Amino acid sequence: MITLRINGEKYKIDVAPEMPLLWAIRDIIGLTGTKYGCGIGVCGSCKVLIDNAPVQSCMIPVSFAEGKNVITIEGVSENLQLLQQSWSDLNVPQCGFCQPGQLIAATALLDKNNNPTEAEIDEAMLGNICRCGTYQRIKNAINRTVELKNQN
Amino acid sequence: MGTIKNISRRGFVKVVGLASGGLILACNTSIFSDKEKAPENLIDFNPNLFIQLNSDGTLILIASRSEMGNGVRTSLTSVIADEMEADWNKVIVKQATGDTKYGDQNTDGSRSVHYLYETMRQMGAIAKAMLISAAAQTWNVTENECSAEHHFIVHTSGKKIAFGNLVEKAKTLEIPTNFKLKNPKNFKFIGKNLKSVDVKEYNNGSAIFGLDKRIPNMKFVAIQRCPVTFGTVKSFDKTATLKIAGVIDVIEIPRVEKPFGALGGVAVIASNTWAAFKGKDALKVEWNYGDNKGYDSEKYMNQLTSNVHKNGKVGKESGNINRAFKNATKIVESTFQLPHLAHAPMEVPNAVAWVQGDTCEVWAPTQDPQTARKEVVDFLETTEDKVIINVTFLGGGFGRKSKPDYIVEAVAVSKAINAPVQVVWTREDDIKHGYYHTVSAQFMKASLDNNGNVTGWLHRFALPSIVSTFSPGVDYAAGFEISSASGVPFEIDNLKVEVGQAPAHVRIGWLRSVINIPHGFSINVFADELAHAARKDPLEFRLQLIGNDRIEDTQDEIKYNTARLKNVLKIAAKNAEWGKQLPEGHAYGLAVHYSFYSYVASVVEVSVINNKVRVHNVFTAIDCGTVVNRNTVKAQMEGSAIFGMSLAFYGKITAKNGAIEQSNYHDYKMVRMNEAPKVYVEIVESTERPTGVGEPGVPVIAPAIINAIFKATGKRYYNLPLADFGLV
Ligand code: FES
Ligand code: FES
Repeated sequence: MITLRINGEKYKIDVAPEMPLLWAIRDIIGLTGTKYGCGIGVCGSCKVLIDNAPVQSCMIPVSFAEGKNVITIEGVSENLQLLQQSWSDLNVPQCGFCQPGQLIAATALLDKNNNPTEAEIDEAMLGNICRCGTYQRIKNAINRTVELKNQN
Repeated sequence: MGTIKNISRRGFVKVVGLASGGLILACNTSIFSDKEKAPENLIDFNPNLFIQLNSDGTLILIASRSEMGNGVRTSLTSVIADEMEADWNKVIVKQATGDTKYGDQNTDGSRSVHYLYETMRQMGAIAKAMLISAAAQTWNVTENECSAEHHFIVHTSGKKIAFGNLVEKAKTLEIPTNFKLKNPKNFKFIGKNLKSVDVKEYNNGSAIFGLDKRIPNMKFVAIQRCPVTFGTVKSFDKTATLKIAGVIDVIEIPRVEKPFGALGGVAVIASNTWAAFKGKDALKVEWNYGDNKGYDSEKYMNQLTSNVHKNGKVGKESGNINRAFKNATKIVESTFQLPHLAHAPMEVPNAVAWVQGDTCEVWAPTQDPQTARKEVVDFLETTEDKVIINVTFLGGGFGRKSKPDYIVEAVAVSKAINAPVQVVWTREDDIKHGYYHTVSAQFMKASLDNNGNVTGWLHRFALPSIVSTFSPGVDYAAGFEISSASGVPFEIDNLKVEVGQAPAHVRIGWLRSVINIPHGFSINVFADELAHAARKDPLEFRLQLIGNDRIEDTQDEIKYNTARLKNVLKIAAKNAEWGKQLPEGHAYGLAVHYSFYSYVASVVEVSVINNKVRVHNVFTAIDCGTVVNRNTVKAQMEGSAIFGMSLAFYGKITAKNGAIEQSNYHDYKMVRMNEAPKVYVEIVESTERPTGVGEPGVPVIAPAIINAIFKATGKRYYNLPLADFGLV
C-alpha cells in the first residue's frame, strides 16, 4: 500500500512502488487532467507539483511521492488560479491537451519568482511542448498574471 | 414530454437541404437521448437538428465537426447564435455523434466553416423566425412588429418576452419556408473575437479527451505492431509479459487489409496503461516483414532524385518550354529534397470501444466519426444503427485522427475479449506506425530573358501519393497532388509540370496542408532564387511574377483571384516594413501561397549568428473571406507559424530496413518556447464566402525562412530540415 497526498486528499493505493506517478494518478486514482505525451520526460504534459517543484510524473516512481505534497491541475494554488484566469482571458489553449502541463510549469515559476524575465520564462517553460504552437499566448498570459499580481 | 409534434420536418429538409448544397437533414426523431432532454420541469423546442431551446432559456447547440484546437465548437455554434440573437452565456455546446444526418462531419481540409456557414445561419434564422411568430401570436400582433434581441422577442411597443417562455408555443408551429438572414452589418459574434466555449475545461483539466475516457471494467491495451509497414506476426512468446503485475492476457489481432484497417499485431490487455506498456515491451515477437523490408530513406531519396532528373509524365503544359529554354539569357535550376513527416499530435491515437453482441459503442478522438462508424460496421459485419461513435475532445489531429485504424484496433480487441477496452498508442507507436506526410524530390528549371523576366518554368516532382494508401501500387502523384504545382499563379508563357515515379513503402496520409508543404516550399524558394538571378528585390519581383489582376481559370467553384494573392503579400510586407534596415546578421524572407481557397503571405525575420538560425518575427496576412471568429483565425496563424517552423527546423522521418528510425519527441523534435518567434497577424476584411483557416498558414513558413537565411548569408538551402545542416 502506498499513501499519496494529492491536492490535499489522501489516497491509499495498491500498486507496484515503481509504477510511474503519472499512471497512478491517471489510471488508479482517476485524476485524468495530468496527461501522457511522451513517457520519457521530454514533453512536459505530465507535470505535477511535488512540494512546489515541477516534476515530470512519467519519470518518477509513485513511491517517490509518498509523504510529499502533490498538486495536479485539478488542485488549488493561488498562482495556478491566477494563471488559469489569464489563460482564459487571453484564449491560450488550442486543442488544450498540453495546457495542464503548461499551467503547472508556469505555476512553479511564479511560486519562486514573482517577476520573471523573458529568459527566465523560456527556461521554465522549455520542457513543455505545445504541438498547436500556443507559446506566444502562454508567454503573454504569464506576463499578464505577473502584472496583475504586482498591481495588487 | 419532449416529443416533437406538428413540425414539418419534411418541409425543413426541403428548405435547408436545397439551399445548403446537399446537407442531409432527414430525421424523424430527436437527436437527444432521453436523459439529455430538458429536465422534468422544462419543455424543449427542437426546430432542427442543431438546436434545442429549453423553457428555462438554455440553448443547446450541436457541433457536428470535431474540436482539435480548430475552434470549431465555438465558431459553428456562434453562427447559429448570432442569427438567433441569442445570449452567448446561455449556450451549451453538445458534440454530435457520428451520423450522416448531420451531413458531412469529416473535419479535415480546412472546410468546416467553409461548408457549413450558410447552413448554420439558416438554422439560426429559422429558429428565430419561429420564436417571432410565437411571440406575435401570443401578443396578437403582426410579426413585422416583433424582433429578436439578446434572447428576447421585443415588440415595437417595448414589451418583451424571453426566448424560453416562447418554447411551448413555438413547438406547435410549422417550420417556415420564408425566413430572412441578418444583414452582416448587424452581426454580434461573427467577425468578432469570441472566447472558446471550452476554455475553462481545458484550463482546469476537466476536458475529456479520448485518453481520459473511463468506463466501468475497462481494460487498458497496448499493441506491438510490426516495425515494417504491413508485416505480420509469425510467432510470439508471451511468457515474460504474463509475469508482469497487472497484465491480464495477450492476444494476436490480425491485420485488416483496408486503408483505415488495423495494422494487426500482438495486444497486451492489462488493468492499467503502464502494465500494458511494460507488457508490450516484454513481448518477443517474430515477424514476417513482407515487401517493405527494403525501405531505406537514403537510397529512396536518391531514387526519387534521379527520377526528377529525367523526363516524367506530363501534368500540365502550356506554350513551348523547350523554345523558352533555348532562347534564354539565363537558366536557373535547382533540386529540392524533403523528408517524410509525422503528425505527432500531443494526444497519441487512442480509442475506447465496447462491443456487446452485434452492437458497439466507441469513444474516441476522431476527426471523422462517420468514416470511423463505417469501418466499425464493416469490421463487425453489423449495421449502422448498432454502432455509436462518440467524439471526445481531440488533443490535436493535424490529419492523423481522420484515419480510424486505432478505433478498429480497439473494436477488434473488445470483441475478442468481450469487455470494454481502451487501446493506447505509446508515443513510439505514434511516430513509428503513422500515415506519413509524403517524402519528395523536386526539380525546378526556369529561363530568364535579358530584362530578368521569367519566360519558362519547369516543375518536376516525384513523391509517393496519398492514393497509394487506398489503391496499393499507385506510384505517381494524383490530380489533387499536381494542381498546387500546375496552378502556380505566375504569368509565364511557357510552363510545364511533370511527375516522376514514386512507389510507396509506408502508409502515406494527409498532414496539415498536405501537398502544399512541398509545393509551397519549392515554388517560393525557387521564385526567390529567380529574383536574385534577375537582380531584383524579391517582393517587387514576386508581385511582377504574379502579374495582372485576374481570376485564374480553375475547375473549382471558388475562383483563384490574383489580386487577393498580391494583396496579402503587400500587407505582410507593409507590416514588416519590408526594406527597412535590420540589425547585423538579421534578414527578411517572404513567401505567399494559396491553399484551401485562402490566401496567406508571411514575412519572417531571421538571424544567422555563428551559423545558428533564429526566427524572431513572423508577419502573416491572411484573406480567408468572411471571418467567423477572429480569435480562431489569429490563433491558427500563430500555431501554423510554429508548425511550419517545426518542420523546417527538425521535421524528418526516415526508414532503415523498412523500420522508422525516430521514436519520440527527443529525436522527432518540436519547436519549443525559447525558439518561438513573435507572430503578427493581419486578417483581410472581406465579405467573400469563408474559406480555410486551419491549414493555409503552414506552407509559407519554411520557404520564407530559407529565403531569409539566403538574404542573411548568401547561402541557399534546398533541403529540410535545417537541423541536418547544423543550423538549429
Ligand atoms: S509524458 Fe512525461 S514528460 Fe512527456
Ligand atoms: S494546445 Fe494543443 S498541444 Fe498545446
